[in-house]
Amino acid sequence: MATQPYKWRRDTDGLGVWEHRGKVAVAGFGHSPVNRRWDETSMDQTLGAYSMLACELAMEDAGVTPDQIDGVICCDSHIAGSSGGTASNWAPRPYFEPPYDSEWGLTLVNGDWLVKQLELPNVKYAPSNVPTIGEMLGLAAQSIADGKCTTCLVIYPTGNMEGRYRRGGENAQDHADGTRQWTFPWGNHGGNDFINIFPHNQYCLKYGGTHDDVAPFVINQHRNGLLTPWGYNASSGMVQLTEDDYVNSRYILNPLRIFDCDRPVNASAAYLVTTAERARDMKQPPVYVLNHSQHNFTQRTTQPDLDEIEEWTDRAATRMYEGAGLGPADVDIFNPYDGYSIMSQFFLEAFQWHGVKRGDSFAFYADDIRVEGPHPFSSSGGNLGNGRTRTAMYTDSIEQLRGTAGPRQVTVRAETALAAFTTPSSGGWMMFGKHPS
Amino acid sequence: MPKIIPAPDDLSKPFWDAVNEKRLSVQNCTACDRLQYPPRQACFACGSAEKLEWKDVEGKGHISTYIVIEDGRLNRRMPDQPYNLALITLDEDTSVNFYSNLPGVPPYEVPVGAAVQVIFEEVGPDQLIHEWQVVD
Repeated sequence: MATQPYKWRRDTDGLGVWEHRGKVAVAGFGHSPVNRRWDETSMDQTLGAYSMLACELAMEDAGVTPDQIDGVICCDSHIAGSSGGTASNWAPRPYFEPPYDSEWGLTLVNGDWLVKQLELPNVKYAPSNVPTIGEMLGLAAQSIADGKCTTCLVIYPTGNMEGRYRRGGENAQDHADGTRQWTFPWGNHGGNDFINIFPHNQYCLKYGGTHDDVAPFVINQHRNGLLTPWGYNASSGMVQLTEDDYVNSRYILNPLRIFDCDRPVNASAAYLVTTAERARDMKQPPVYVLNHSQHNFTQRTTQPDLDEIEEWTDRAATRMYEGAGLGPADVDIFNPYDGYSIMSQFFLEAFQWHGVKRGDSFAFYADDIRVEGPHPFSSSGGNLGNGRTRTAMYTDSIEQLRGTAGPRQVTVRAETALAAFTTPSSGGWMMFGKHPS
Repeated sequence: MPKIIPAPDDLSKPFWDAVNEKRLSVQNCTACDRLQYPPRQACFACGSAEKLEWKDVEGKGHISTYIVIEDGRLNRRMPDQPYNLALITLDEDTSVNFYSNLPGVPPYEVPVGAAVQVIFEEVGPDQLIHEWQVVD
């Protein structure tokens, strides 16, 4: 008899409070160094080596040993790898001695590879086809709540190598098939930069303001990034971005500038997720999972417009708040996705964090959003401040609730945190709590 | 440089065949009286597959907004940079939109809100695409 797919997502409206609210916790995390690219020769900087390092650091942070790990959830889509389509295939290439005698471990990592390399003797759960981190932590939380494992490593590798990002493959072809036939002929490669820049322009027209009103947010993301020791900006000697730097930077999709886009990097991060009960006996104060939710909305025509984006993000916010049993006033830390700066205002307004309503974001950005101020928006620095690791939002949320965010530690209350890697159309949200209820 | 050439499939072939005859024909759901583009197997609104038919439209629209592609990823279009990419809403159903490079409009000089009319542009042997031209 065929096995039914595991239905773990909370991706429909009206599901009510998550029945496992507060029964799962994050007990540890670990980050590899963040390089701009893998140089194809340093074997201690491959995506595999970095993922192993991140796992070891996460276990150390939680105070658990390899034999205690019974679950490994590793995203096997590594940004410019398979998720980038043929435009970013890195294979074939010259290989090395085992375990680097194939693409595995160099630019590809999955649960099975990690179980073998880390010599984890008791893993009983290592699913395949693991989604990106926007949904992956939700998968981990639900898997633990459902008893599939109890002490789980959750890994998100993000690869990058020499050459222009995602040049080649179908992007270099003369013909466009599938969904590309509706975008490529006019120059749209179909990424989230294109998807969100048109609604952003409509936003400026509808509510007033210009693209330059995003500048305070981008600059503050870089500031928070420089306060994050493991991130690319802080570890690579970058200096603080200024308003002049921003407004004079080159355009990609005018008005979208280079500093509105996150920087692809080569890095890996791991989280140790376990039951709340076990987490209480581990090394760090538990950070409880109060809800996870996902969404995958379908656009009705060629290009989503502002109305559609606002409807999607409103629905995602409603799902998350309902499942967590919380409302906007309850959320202390808010770390939305910022891979393109122009998305963040849609999330901020949908979740109404600090009372921000539709059309209010630019005024909010112009106020005090520093971590030491009253509205510490995106205290992680996100991807713009740390590179395209897509993990800063989660790690900062955990650190803020632990009270260990160092110079990024907010001065306002830090007992709940929302974090996401999601676009308006698809992805997921996580709600964390310092307390289980 | 020429534009990228669409590769029709079973679902899209009626659309591209019409374009090659210089007609703009989109799906119409007779159950809920809504136009649909790009084509799908079923109506986006009501889910009906049986009620979908092809319907020629007038090809009149308006420019909603635009960007200028200065550093895109598509090799074949790079020599054209910078070039406009406008969002066109269809007058007959403003929930339907199209992309356009607005032939004849210099980069950055797009008249947002202006009326446009569909035109057809050859991008490869025996293959046209639909484009949009500002109506004077």
